[in-house]
Amino acid sequence: MRSRYAPILFFSAVVIAVQLLTFTTDRQQYLTQLTMTGYYSLVIVGLCMLMGYAGQISLGHAGFFAIGGYVSAFLTTYDLMQHKANPLIGLFSRAGLIVTVQDLYGGDALVFHPWAACIAAILVTVLISYVIGGPVLKLKGHYLAMATLGFGTIVYKIVIGTSFFGAADGLSDIPGFKLLPGLEVSGKTPVRIQNYYISWGMVALAMLLLTNLIHSRAGKALRAIHSAEDAANAMGVNTGRYKLNIFVLSAVFAAVGGVFLTHYNGGIGPSEASIMKSVRYVAIVAIGGMANLWGALSMGIILNFFSLRGYFGSYDDAVFGVILILIMLFAPEGLLRREVFQGAKKWLSGRRKTEGQKA
Amino acid sequence: MALGPPEDRGPKSVTILDVRNLNKRFGGLQAVGDVSFSVQQGSIKALIGPNGAGKTTLFNLLSGVLPPDSGTINFNSTEVQGMEPYQVAAKGMSRTFQHIRLFTHMTALENIMIGRHMHSRAGFFAGMLSLPWTRKEERSVRERALDIMSFLGIADFADTEATSLAYGQQRALELGRALACEPKLLLLDEPAAGLNMRETAEMAKMISRIRDTGITVLLVEHDMSLVMNISDEIVVLSYGQKIADDKPLAIQKNPEVIKVYLGEEHA
Amino acid sequence: MNIELLSQYLVAGITYGTIYAIVAIGFNIIYNATGIINFAQGEFVMLGGMIAVSLHSFMPLPAAILAAVLVAMIIGALIEIIFIRWLVSPSVLRMIIITIGISIFIREAALHVWGEAVRALPYFTGTEVTVISVGDVHISPQVLWVTGISALMVIILTFFFNYTLLGRQMRACSANRDAARLCGISAKNMVTLSFVLSAGIGALAGCVVSPITYVQYDSGTGLAIKGFTVAILGGLGNSTAAIAAGLILGILESFSVWVMPAAFKDVVSISILLLILFVRPSGIFGSVEASRLKEF
Repeated sequence: MRSRYAPILFFSAVVIAVQLLTFTTDRQQYLTQLTMTGYYSLVIVGLCMLMGYAGQISLGHAGFFAIGGYVSAFLTTYDLMQHKANPLIGLFSRAGLIVTVQDLYGGDALVFHPWAACIAAILVTVLISYVIGGPVLKLKGHYLAMATLGFGTIVYKIVIGTSFFGAADGLSDIPGFKLLPGLEVSGKTPVRIQNYYISWGMVALAMLLLTNLIHSRAGKALRAIHSAEDAANAMGVNTGRYKLNIFVLSAVFAAVGGVFLTHYNGGIGPSEASIMKSVRYVAIVAIGGMANLWGALSMGIILNFFSLRGYFGSYDDAVFGVILILIMLFAPEGLLRREVFQGAKKWLSGRRKTEGQKA
Repeated sequence: MALGPPEDRGPKSVTILDVRNLNKRFGGLQAVGDVSFSVQQGSIKALIGPNGAGKTTLFNLLSGVLPPDSGTINFNSTEVQGMEPYQVAAKGMSRTFQHIRLFTHMTALENIMIGRHMHSRAGFFAGMLSLPWTRKEERSVRERALDIMSFLGIADFADTEATSLAYGQQRALELGRALACEPKLLLLDEPAAGLNMRETAEMAKMISRIRDTGITVLLVEHDMSLVMNISDEIVVLSYGQKIADDKPLAIQKNPEVIKVYLGEEHA
Repeated sequence: MNIELLSQYLVAGITYGTIYAIVAIGFNIIYNATGIINFAQGEFVMLGGMIAVSLHSFMPLPAAILAAVLVAMIIGALIEIIFIRWLVSPSVLRMIIITIGISIFIREAALHVWGEAVRALPYFTGTEVTVISVGDVHISPQVLWVTGISALMVIILTFFFNYTLLGRQMRACSANRDAARLCGISAKNMVTLSFVLSAGIGALAGCVVSPITYVQYDSGTGLAIKGFTVAILGGLGNSTAAIAAGLILGILESFSVWVMPAAFKDVVSISILLLILFVRPSGIFGSVEASRLKEF
């Protein structure tokens, strides 16, 4: 087994161990925040790729999380009964994309199946991020930061100002997401453990994909772009397209996190699109060590979990603001620097390295 | 397709780069003014001139970093003026930089491997899924990169972080990265800058060996010993204008050139 | 649309636009001196209003405003000294994140000091129902205070930068820092001064507009975005253009309520920001080549 996957195995072991720990110490209620933390981690590792590896800042990533969450929430709760006669509805219905469920009053309602909603949410995210990303990524420095900040704010203003999206109250009563027979993403207590593993399973999958990406040709190209974009361009790397692709990829990660968390929580509110959330994600990536996936993940887990458990109290936002300042002032490469981890990895792999085999 | 000026160009000589009436102005400064010249395939041509003559601007125009105001750049039978750098690179032109632009936080080997970007295919999805063919491709890219490092004599530093190499080695590394692109035309921007006499002589030998593999070289250089030693032809720029385009010996005797470098009295 | 409605939109647009312009000028002053975009600029406006309201409970209004402005200036200086001064050639990304962090810090501190309550100074003259009428046009006297005091600030700043030694020194510093230092100008102090000035004008703007718009602990962010939009619109660093750009944005935003729900007013201004950034980041009045030369 290639040594690059060792951290993922270790991580999986920790995930299992933690779950068993909560079981044996009768702290199962922690599973809820842990599961939520997992979904937020998807946003963070995606953002880490964008910021750390491709070197593009995004102060609006909560916007993509919200797009994912709100699209799937809307599609799975908006009753299409009144449009029943529409042939398109009939087509979708026969294809299984639209299903009949019980509404609040016991009557029938026509809504999209969660799978269809999820796919739609991802497609919408891909579309928006492609359209926005093109011009935005041509900007640099302050302009890029402000443009992404602006994007995030627009999403926030739209969801908080539109009644279709529940305005300030957001959307609730979101049904569970039946992934496969027997596997459902929802907050119901009986499936708590199952959902914990779904969440962290997705995180493990994300880490697998991203670890592969970093070591691949595309990953090298991204790192080259971050380090010396003009030189990368001169070496034949289509820098514009690479930046756009990683932007879209990170947006999709965020959106998927949004979709799943919405089904898990049974609802979503405008605060998920707020600037403070975006800043929080940036703070976590910054403290974890910009180009350090595992660092960002670990920091994200710790900080998000504490935040969700309410350990920061009313100082929640302030904590992240202070973290940002301190890190940027004193340790701009992040606390968990890549160099430290690489050194450790080298030491571990050096003992098994033979000619031609590489981490 | 044989173009180019007559006389002793040789019976089979092909023009690989044909620059016609190239212009670039920055505000009030005409950085490159109506410059035309050509480069024969398989030769080494040098671009010299005092500081501020427009040499680096010319390189930037050729490699696509800047678009020209007017004029054409015909490379390998294709017009490349106005193309993006990565497009020009795909056509077969690669370059090094005056101030070394290696990729930091990456090893020397990884730097060279980036040079192989155009000769490999694995994209985002294939990369994320780590499909078997991508791993094979990665291995062959790595081998090719190591070969290049051996050719340049720096194979020992494959796993060292690029920026921690000695200056001379970094120069060689940047050269290797450009070679990895398998260019038909190699643009070298002051390859001997900052090198001592011994290193400069080695660089000269290296450039000749590169030419011997069939790659055409166009270089900007201030070190006259290197230039006179290995160049087949020399173009001289001054204040953005071409003032001479000839063989080395003729350039040395050219009064305009002498005037530009040494002043009126010496012409 | 009758004259009365038209004039109401126009007046609202001018009022808000003036404040946006002042925030933009604050951005420009710091940008010209340091090359930094101070994301915390909006917070100065918020602080001005909030501090003045608190002080007003035991001070007469003019004293409260003056004191609030001074306190804001001190805070501006402190920010520069504590967070910015000792950084050695920080990267743009780092500076952006630091100023964002500062903005959050100030906002959260404000939340803990003043809570979520919305506050306002009393109208400088009259009350909220006083109007000055010219035909069908009805204006609150506070609007005249806003535009009057803002215009006064602009005049004083222009005079300062063009005719006083200190102002000229600041301009020298922004044009060419090294050359200025060779002439004996302390670049460090110029930077601090730029923060002090920006904080001061922001705070004063916050005081004078609070009766109309109210201030809240989180009023700063929205203002920062709009102020930045105006600064970009006019060409970053160009404060004269910022005035025109501010009025344009204010009026556009105000009239947008005519065609779409008020909740989307901010969406309009941000869309304008994105449009400008995508199409012409040098701004309406900026020169394209000059903006390319600026370092980001």
